[in-house]
Amino acid sequence: MTKNDLIKRLQEELKTYSLKDVNYAVEIIFDSMTDAIKRGERIELRGFGSFVVRERKPRMGRNPKSGAEVKLQERKVPFFKTGKELRLMVDNKK
Amino acid sequence: MTKIDIIQNVCEKLGFSKKDSADIVESLFDIIKDSLAKGERVKISGFGNFMVKEKRARRGRNPQTGQEISITARRVLTFKSSQVLRKALN
Repeated sequence: MTKNDLIKRLQEELKTYSLKDVNYAVEIIFDSMTDAIKRGERIELRGFGSFVVRERKPRMGRNPKSGAEVKLQERKVPFFKTGKELRLMVDNKK
Repeated sequence: MTKIDIIQNVCEKLGFSKKDSADIVESLFDIIKDSLAKGERVKISGFGNFMVKEKRARRGRNPQTGQEISITARRVLTFKSSQVLRKALN
């Protein structure tokens, strides 16, 4: 399922809005989340999960093809922790 | 940032009422959750991909007591952030 599929599904569910409006709303939603992550802000979505920015220390790495050692700089990576409700939904055993 | 901040953003930028904006945000995450529950992959370009992975049963250890325990097979959700987002962060 891609962003476009999501937009179509969402529009079918909320028939009152045009595809253009739903499309714009979805863009705003993901843009505001991306902006928050870029600012290093934590996002907490109840029932879904949370996004945090984690720092990775600099380390020596290896090019897996050539085996040459390369220095990896300190960097930040987005990390997602699944919320309890969604975790149980995905594992649907319970 | 919480859902309320996202709703506020939709409300301001789209000129929708608070209630309508909240409906859109809630429905969007509900649709994502439902398709993940079905084991589907959800790809959001520029943001990242959500994928369901099958984990086999394995022997684990309670890190506090060192006691061996068995971990049953399960399905877990993973998120891989988009390269665009990772680049923008560094």
